[in-house]
Amino acid sequence: MKSSVIFEKIAKAFMYLSIAIVFVMVASIIWTIFKRGFGCITWEMVSSLPGGGFYIGKEGGFLNATVGSLYIVLSSTLLGLIISVPIVFYLNVFLSQKSKRAYWTRLAFDVLYGIPSIVYGAFAFTIMIYMGLRTSLLGGIIVITLLIIPILVRSMDEVARNFPRDLLEASFSLGATRLETIGVVLRQIAPGIATATLLSIGRAIGDAAGVMFTAGFSDSIPTTLSQPAATLPLSIFFQLSAPQAEVQNRAYAAALVLTIIVLIISLAGRFITNRFSKHKLN
Amino acid sequence: MSNQFRIIKDKTANGVMSAITIVSLVFVIIMGIGLYIKSIPILEEHSLWELVSSSSWQPFKNDFGFLPFVMGTIWVTMIAIIIALPLSLMTAIFLTEYARKSVKKFVYPALDILASLPSVIYGVWGTIVIVPLISDKIAPWFSSEFSTGYTVLAAGLVLSLMLLPILVSLFVELFVCVPDDLRAAAYSLGATKWQTAKNVVVKKSLPGIFASVVLAISKALGETIAVLMVCGCMPEVPKGLLDACYPLPALIANNYGEMLSLPLYESALMFAALLLFVVVIIFNLTSRIILKRIEKNN
Repeated sequence: MKSSVIFEKIAKAFMYLSIAIVFVMVASIIWTIFKRGFGCITWEMVSSLPGGGFYIGKEGGFLNATVGSLYIVLSSTLLGLIISVPIVFYLNVFLSQKSKRAYWTRLAFDVLYGIPSIVYGAFAFTIMIYMGLRTSLLGGIIVITLLIIPILVRSMDEVARNFPRDLLEASFSLGATRLETIGVVLRQIAPGIATATLLSIGRAIGDAAGVMFTAGFSDSIPTTLSQPAATLPLSIFFQLSAPQAEVQNRAYAAALVLTIIVLIISLAGRFITNRFSKHKLN
Repeated sequence: MSNQFRIIKDKTANGVMSAITIVSLVFVIIMGIGLYIKSIPILEEHSLWELVSSSSWQPFKNDFGFLPFVMGTIWVTMIAIIIALPLSLMTAIFLTEYARKSVKKFVYPALDILASLPSVIYGVWGTIVIVPLISDKIAPWFSSEFSTGYTVLAAGLVLSLMLLPILVSLFVELFVCVPDDLRAAAYSLGATKWQTAKNVVVKKSLPGIFASVVLAISKALGETIAVLMVCGCMPEVPKGLLDACYPLPALIANNYGEMLSLPLYESALMFAALLLFVVVIIFNLTSRIILKRIEKNN
């Protein structure tokens, strides 16, 4: 047999091996989290707040973390959208495709996207200390908002960039100002906004390093913005570092809840992309 | 509604939106300056070289040697890239050059899941699966000493899985952009599929592959919780794969409560954040500028 044919076979074997490793790893993670999680999850864990002696294995659940996460994620996603939609609109309608400012803005968001959340957290923490604030729900919301703005801008921009320019020109030719074309643009990039939102929710709910410094941790559900809030990833992390098996079990249950939430969000994202790309022309 | 008013509205919107955009640009700079101001106290006390080259870490005795953390970061990142790079290259070549549509339908969702899982879940998986695997199976093979499993290797393995989906999606994007004419030319000269993939597709994408790896490195440098959960957290310079390590992000995350007790300690941790920030920005800028240039040429 010629050596090129042998190499072809070897290369193919390595490719199948790589794919197999990917599948085995995904299966291992999902299997581990689900098996451990379903093994110890109870309704009490999901539906109740930590009771007395929670961290030495007494009764209670992690509802504080689930609700805290939801508070932070929902409000920061909303804030993030309010800030990033105008940026994307500005980049794609007000600036020309080749403008220097658009280039630098995109580059800056790429860089912001790459900055680790722990650095965001540490930076926000120093600002909060400077301003005399304690760890609070508000701090968590602000840091997560900052963290997801680059994600939102980048993924919406990707869709908006392929937006047919003819539609813009048609709108302008009817006498609309740049601002008034917003309706046309928003309708066209709506699926992009939806997937970007889901992507950033997924990222926001899983982030631990950023909220560690800023939202802090608490055993109760915050009622005002100035109270500290617990989050699911931190709750998992803290409980897993406890030596008691009962506490660790609750960490596994919380990990299961977090994984299920994230998987549902990711599935929804895929569904939206598939569904709307069917109607796309190009 | 008069046209005057509409134009004013348009102009105002322009102003507001460019302001928002500029603020977000300036934010990168403010962050750098803020972290720098916070690390001035420690930089006044010790020189930069002293900080990164000393390996003695005793905050309460005014010893701030970052070498163990810097080396820990480098070790873990290197291991992660060494594992993830061949895997993701092969996967990407398979997906773009070989795979049938029906196969892709399964591979992409699997990669999607890897990309969407939060870092803390990787950490949980690492402590349940990887750490015992290393302490029971892998470590006894290489040395007679007992290993807890919380090692450079564990952190590198977990991190490599997190990098995998990022690298694959970057590579696939690069490979898809290689014109089909080039492949056809290679085939017509009698090249096999693999020869074409290796000598045409990969070769043509080399700058992009380099940029993607740099980008993945910068992601790896900042990964916190997953690494923190499996790295062992020993402030010593790791000597091998089976030693515990303590990367910079883990250091910051682990000590944020303690650091307020000592002003210089806080400054030291902010210096760690600054170090991370500067390195990540340099890596990111390099790779993004290369990737943007490639995108433009296509």
